[in-house]
Amino acid sequence: MSGSQVMRMGMSSMQATVVSDRLSRKVSRNIRERAIELVLFFAASVSVLTTIGIIWILVFESYHFFENVPLWNFLTDTMWTPLFSEPRYGILPLLLGTVTTSLVALAVAVPLGTIIAIYISEFASARVRETVKPFLELLGGVPTIVYGYFALTVVSPVLQYFFPSLPGFSMLAAGLVMGIAIVPYISSLSEDAMRAVPMSLREGAYAMGSTRFQTAVRVVLPAAISGVLSAYILGISRAVGETMIVAVAAGMQPNFTMDPTEPAQTISAYIVQVAMGDLPHGSIGYQSIFAAGLSLMLLTLFFNILGHMIRRRYREAY
Amino acid sequence: MAKTEQDLPLKAETRDFNFHYGAFHALKNVNLPVVEKRVTALIGPSGCGKSTLLRSFNRMHDLYPGNRYDGAIVFHPDNTNIVDPKVDPIEVRMRIGMVFQKPNPFPKSIYENVAYGLRVRGERSQSAIDGRVESALRGASLWNEVKDRLDKPATALSGGQQQRLCIARCLATDPELLLFDEPTSALDPIATSNIEELITELRERVTILIVTHNMQQAARVSDYTAYMYIGELVEYGVTDDLFMRPKKKETEDYITGRFG
Repeated sequence: MSGSQVMRMGMSSMQATVVSDRLSRKVSRNIRERAIELVLFFAASVSVLTTIGIIWILVFESYHFFENVPLWNFLTDTMWTPLFSEPRYGILPLLLGTVTTSLVALAVAVPLGTIIAIYISEFASARVRETVKPFLELLGGVPTIVYGYFALTVVSPVLQYFFPSLPGFSMLAAGLVMGIAIVPYISSLSEDAMRAVPMSLREGAYAMGSTRFQTAVRVVLPAAISGVLSAYILGISRAVGETMIVAVAAGMQPNFTMDPTEPAQTISAYIVQVAMGDLPHGSIGYQSIFAAGLSLMLLTLFFNILGHMIRRRYREAY
Repeated sequence: MAKTEQDLPLKAETRDFNFHYGAFHALKNVNLPVVEKRVTALIGPSGCGKSTLLRSFNRMHDLYPGNRYDGAIVFHPDNTNIVDPKVDPIEVRMRIGMVFQKPNPFPKSIYENVAYGLRVRGERSQSAIDGRVESALRGASLWNEVKDRLDKPATALSGGQQQRLCIARCLATDPELLLFDEPTSALDPIATSNIEELITELRERVTILIVTHNMQQAARVSDYTAYMYIGELVEYGVTDDLFMRPKKKETEDYITGRFG
């Protein structure tokens, strides 16, 4: 509200100005406001339009794919060999590859991320916290291709040392490293959620004679559960969509198995493989990556919606 | 056992107690008796140190860095010095319950809130916990309102009910001393009068130390009152005497509303 308007409102009480006069529009200010609003609107539209564009392309190209390949085959066939002379288009091997590597990753990232969050939020001194957090952020900033080569050249050989029968490419090695890559996301979001728990709740817990650990695990963690669970969901989404680590370290053969000690291909890794090759535009092989991409997107969409529901279900009003 | 002028047993007393927040000297040579099975009220203007004193009794200040206790808070009958660094604050808090200004139920069911203290103390027998939960809720005059929805989240209760739940949470562990830090300042008048009634009932069972901003409340619920000002205990006495015939000019000014 401008100064003159305030004055006018102040005077109105004494002079009883007409209401329409008090609210009279200033043309120049109006134009400027509208211009700013438009800029903001376009900025916001970019993300919406991009999303719509992506969905449109995925659906459009997948539609052509499903003209040639029945949806039923796509969902039930256990072979994925689109580049062979007798192609089979069953998404299940890729889906199992994605699920298996993600499960291995989560088995690492969820416990580790949660423990780190509890430690940093409830136990660490300010000094330790300020030292550890930059390292975690650094870990989160490492390019995933670097993680991929770390999995292939360090983790795989180490695992092979203990389990000599393990192949050089395996979902286990890729999943473990992917888990490490996801830890920073889970730990930092969980920690934010736990730090947002009001001090009065901790005081209440301590006043009941709780130890630090009891306070952290029995009171603070349950109070932050909606944030912690959505951190897990974000971790799942990242694991499902993660590409480079699995492309480099999990092998490139579609493999209808959930055994993590086997090599396999994930949906994302398949997309990389085909997108890099020189398949003719419009061929079924080319279209298959859009069908795979659509499946991947529906999968992450499912987890995002799940995360949203969990957040709403467990939202804690302090 | 230590006695007051009226020869009543003490549950606790502070002896030349001083407290520092970093460089700030918040409490100065406080000597406060807390008579057993009676209600002692701490009154005084904002910043006088009454909450600081209350929170020293269960070592709440230990949660924050840079604080220092000096002197003693002696807990009877075993003469433990609560603020002695060698005394485990968790042991102290196991014996002393606290109800806060704003109700702070845990993000658990009503039942689990009351059972919390028992579980922390390692109680495993479900039937024992059931019994204690019910008697604590009855003791906090909450049982009839919640007995059919013990598994519902505590945060669904009204503010006054939440505060009584916090009292029940303390009662379940049979504390020897119950600290109240302005327990009604976030509540409406009806909830306030419920809590005040409850405090009056509880004085039969447990020693109570209450900080209040509300002088009428101190007059209504307490047996003894201590008036504090800028970190010092100005006057202590039987509540009726302190309000009717204050010995010190400052006390009189405060309770007659001339200042504060």
